[in-house]
Amino acid sequence: MSGRRKTTYREAVREAIREAMKRDPRVFLMGEDVARYGGCYAVSKGLAQEFGEERIRDTPLSESGFVGAGIGAALGGMRPIVEVMSVNFSLLALDQIVNNAATIPHMSGGQFAVPLVIRMATGSGRQLAAQHSHSLEGWYAHIPGLKVVAPATLEDARGMLWSALEDPNPVLIFEHVQLYNMEGELDDDAGAVPISGAAIRRPGRDLSIVTYGGSLSKCLAAATALAAEGIEAEVVDLRSLRPLDDATIMASVARTRRALIVDEGWRSGGISAEISARIVEQAFYELDAPPARLCGVEVPIPYPKHLEDASVPQAESILAAARELVRPGPA
Amino acid sequence: MSDFRMPSLGADMEKGTVVEWLKKPGDRIARGDVVAVVETQKGAFEVEVFENGVLSEIVVPVGTEVPVGAVLARIDSGEPKPAAAPAPPPAEVPAPSAPLPALPPLPPPRPAGERLRLSPAASRRAAELGIDPHGLAGSGPGGAITLADIEAVAARAARPGAEKGRRGFDPAAMRQAIASAMARSKREIPHYYLGLPIDMSRALQWLAVENARRDVENRLLAGVLLLKATALALREVPELNGFWLDGAPRLSAGIHVGWAISLRGGGLMAPAIHDADGKTVDELMAALRDLVIRARTARLRGSEMTDPTVTVTSLGERGAERVYGVIYPPQLAIVGFGAVRPAPAVVDGVVAARPTVYATLSGDHRASDGVSGSRLLAAIDSRLQVPERL
Repeated sequence: MSGRRKTTYREAVREAIREAMKRDPRVFLMGEDVARYGGCYAVSKGLAQEFGEERIRDTPLSESGFVGAGIGAALGGMRPIVEVMSVNFSLLALDQIVNNAATIPHMSGGQFAVPLVIRMATGSGRQLAAQHSHSLEGWYAHIPGLKVVAPATLEDARGMLWSALEDPNPVLIFEHVQLYNMEGELDDDAGAVPISGAAIRRPGRDLSIVTYGGSLSKCLAAATALAAEGIEAEVVDLRSLRPLDDATIMASVARTRRALIVDEGWRSGGISAEISARIVEQAFYELDAPPARLCGVEVPIPYPKHLEDASVPQAESILAAARELVRPGPA
Repeated sequence: MSDFRMPSLGADMEKGTVVEWLKKPGDRIARGDVVAVVETQKGAFEVEVFENGVLSEIVVPVGTEVPVGAVLARIDSGEPKPAAAPAPPPAEVPAPSAPLPALPPLPPPRPAGERLRLSPAASRRAAELGIDPHGLAGSGPGGAITLADIEAVAARAARPGAEKGRRGFDPAAMRQAIASAMARSKREIPHYYLGLPIDMSRALQWLAVENARRDVENRLLAGVLLLKATALALREVPELNGFWLDGAPRLSAGIHVGWAISLRGGGLMAPAIHDADGKTVDELMAALRDLVIRARTARLRGSEMTDPTVTVTSLGERGAERVYGVIYPPQLAIVGFGAVRPAPAVVDGVVAARPTVYATLSGDHRASDGVSGSRLLAAIDSRLQVPERL
């Protein structure tokens, strides 16, 4: 019988990296400031001392260069974990990710696998302004050949990395910046979890709140408040943005007949638009109301705290959107 | 047997011309042998084969231009070629024409509110339950009818105790039913409205004399005279008595007057007084009392709710002067009476104060015209002027 221990999301990610390093000598971590500085979000603090700078490697400030090196290492049989400081910076490596990592397994007729894992921080909430705070994971979810996951819980932060390394495809792991300090309990023997499939984080009968990543805890808080009003929200954690788990989403919507999609990314052309379209395509006759979306306001994320908070969904706005969907006010 | 085809010698090559055959039928060929020279827009190229065998047939002679992929020759590779079913000819796809064809004029936009706002889930459930969602009040976004609205209707229908039960009625359900019927009426029925003040002097005088010699419990109310006068008048104007069904009026031989009764908990119903034209005022009075009591204790029979061929609404002594009723579908008309009040009337060329009731008629203009309605109001008036014959 194993116990549980207190930990944080940051420590869970670090523990996942440490486990992977120990289990497989082909695994190594590289990125900007991951070794001597311990990672800009302190995820890899101490790992360079433990595993040495051969396996915990600082890179030059060249996303295209070190992501490309990661692809090459993966093609050469290694299991690289590449850390990109923020999804905004990953745009410098877009060519490597989209034109190379995503396409090589296909263009080689399956002769080459790219078992590469790229970890990126995403999202707002740390007052890092518009060049460090966006939620662009929905873009990557557009690309065939990639897998895109967003661990929102300690279990997933701890368990998704190993499964991602085992996958022959390039896997992008999006860690929301506001989650790193999240505290909670984790089983002592917590380990790998599947990277596919959505999870119901809270059952409910009146509406389905479909979300992922940094918005999950806000949605759960809103669901608790809704319950006090007699509205039982089911909260679906997508976990994976590509592929999307249509079956779980549709089964939930078929139960609740209403869907609210909560996404910190922008609304226009975003992942929430894709989910909404799929619900309409696949569950139209189950619906009792049009699918609703609560997304980031379509501005570059502002620096001032109050404006930053106002620019993405918060528990209060989720609560209001859910209430409006279930008990609409006067038209 | 396999095909040797015009190769693509560049991404922009669409066609080529065989300018020379370097092998002839019967020649043995090996992978890598150059068998032909092909002229393209970029010049002449030697073309090689990728298999071993015997060149069995030249299909395209020298000097012929063919598209990329066309069969140039056949090679007998010694392996039997699997017999393939002939591919169906590809469907004709018209080439995109440069100028867009002129568009026919777009239909005008639908008027707002024409389409029922009904959620997909509610639509499917209503079909399963055989419920007509038209006229239901929606609780969803923008007033849309939701699954819960449909299931509430079904739950009420499945609860017969509510109709004949002894614990009164469900005001919310009643409101829903009224909303449904009245919304349908206003949506579907083109109403016309007529009004006529009627001098009630004689009727009230007769009533006073009649009541003076009756026991208290047997006294008549003015309303019963209005009811009887209306029922008799409908004999003369039968086109206002009946239903609008399947796009046509269906007149009723019996005159079953639905008498509007307001309920204490709120709400309204108009149960039938059957064959009202053939009943005496005493019988009508008894029927009215019985109906009011049973309506207010929720003991009406279902048939009493569906039988009325016309509705009469009388506001009574404390009511407004005039009531312009909304027809209860699928009936054809509703007759309304305001409160009886003293009003100036011209009698024999002189203005005099007379007890007056303002009678109104709302008619379904699909079934009748104003002239019929006028005749009905006039007939009610003349009946009320000879109260002893009511």
